[in-house]
Amino acid sequence: MAHGHKSDEKIVYVGDSRVKKSGRRDSTPPDYTSFPGKSEAFIPNFLLKEWMVGCVVLVGFLVWVMAEAAPLGYPADPTNASFIPMPDWYFLFLYQFLKYPYVSQDYILLGTLGIPGIMFGALMLAPFLDTGKERRFYRRPIASSLMFLSIAAVVYLTVVSWDHYQHQLEEKGIVPEHHERADKVREALERGEERPSFLKTAEAPAIIEPEDPIFASVVEAQCIACHAADLNGAGGPSLLGIGNRMTTEEIADIIIHGKNNGSMPAFEGTLSTDEINQLAEWLSKQTQS
Amino acid sequence: MFKKVYNWIDERLDITPLWRDVADHEVPEHVNPAHHFSAFVYCFGGLTFFITVIQILSGMFLTMYYVPDIIHAYASVDYLQHQIPFGKIVRGMHHFGASLVIVMMFLHTLRVFFTGSYKAPREMNWVVGMLIFFIMLGLGFTGYLLPWDNKAYYATKVGVEIAASVPYIGEYIASFLYGGDIVGAQTLTRFFAIHVFFLPGALIAMLAAHFIMIRRQGISGPL
Repeated sequence: MAHGHKSDEKIVYVGDSRVKKSGRRDSTPPDYTSFPGKSEAFIPNFLLKEWMVGCVVLVGFLVWVMAEAAPLGYPADPTNASFIPMPDWYFLFLYQFLKYPYVSQDYILLGTLGIPGIMFGALMLAPFLDTGKERRFYRRPIASSLMFLSIAAVVYLTVVSWDHYQHQLEEKGIVPEHHERADKVREALERGEERPSFLKTAEAPAIIEPEDPIFASVVEAQCIACHAADLNGAGGPSLLGIGNRMTTEEIADIIIHGKNNGSMPAFEGTLSTDEINQLAEWLSKQTQS
Repeated sequence: MFKKVYNWIDERLDITPLWRDVADHEVPEHVNPAHHFSAFVYCFGGLTFFITVIQILSGMFLTMYYVPDIIHAYASVDYLQHQIPFGKIVRGMHHFGASLVIVMMFLHTLRVFFTGSYKAPREMNWVVGMLIFFIMLGLGFTGYLLPWDNKAYYATKVGVEIAASVPYIGEYIASFLYGGDIVGAQTLTRFFAIHVFFLPGALIAMLAAHFIMIRRQGISGPL
């Protein structure tokens, strides 16, 4: 039901559906007077202290960030077969765990779902498994020792995995890509060159069989004025890859009769039939993958 | 002036109880490092939140330059790290902060475990905390792919292959994460969406639940 109109409220809502004050949970937070010692207000006293801790952490963090650049390797190359895959460090324990017998190969289910499922499930349901009233860890030997054991196992697996990786790098003489890349960039900059990009640029398409006599005798004389010296097109279209689009006969037909109302001139008469045939033959070899 | 504005809003929205819930409460001596230095272990939760805020802010700035596309992703990371003023710092904060947040969360979890603070009536908050832990690991996994270098590519490939080895549902998980049959263009946009929208959304909801429960139940008493 709506509140009755109270005269001391400045704003009167029509059909007031606000939660009734009296029905509200007591919003006064629990105090700690039952605990021994001096409690203090969260704002501003305690918050200022928290900020001081935050500042110390922030300064340490920023020093770390400034001292070390975030790693960046070479661009992803799916055909690179020699790259050693490594997850981020906090997944290493799981990664290493899956390398052991009885949790891999035929037993992979035990490794991916079974044991991690039990471990993480138990961690998640810890309050329902460890229901005793006792809070001190040394009075809860089972829960505490299981936790200590798990931490030791995680640390051990992480260290072994990282160690193994370092050995692999040493054996194969591999420098991690982000180090190699950083070194290359630094050297290039020291030499006064531009910063290298490491992205693969598409290779410029090349003329196939430029040593063919037809290239020197006809192409350089007649074609390159419009189709450019590298035949990649200027006033006229690119002839590279024309072999993919047209047959020898079609090419010969265009050379003989021209195209687009003479913007590609007709070469019948200018060139001998023999030359036209050789030229069409040569152009049909200009294929691109 | 401030008081007037506050009163004006309070008359309309009744925010005083809200403010009380958030800010106006006592902090007991046993969690205050100013009284007992060893109480610094109670700071790890707050520091996890602090680093999480750094992650959200630095991540927001990174998306101003990052392009989630297999042709441009690497180049955009390279560009924002090396050509943009403070790009090195912002990407560094996001990269190393990802590790630091895991460390802080791990320490916070251990503190709660060894002080038995997860016991009744705080069971639900522990479960929500574990969900936050898994969301953070998911953020770490999806974020690792985004720079699109070899390390990112192969770690993701191996990670999804491991998930694919689960019987029955494995292949569905793999094709959901890949967005196809290989780590490719779809995988990158998908991981970007999960990393930037889905998981942070879930994270913020879980953090809100975590904090509301702390305020409702208070800090656990001294041992």
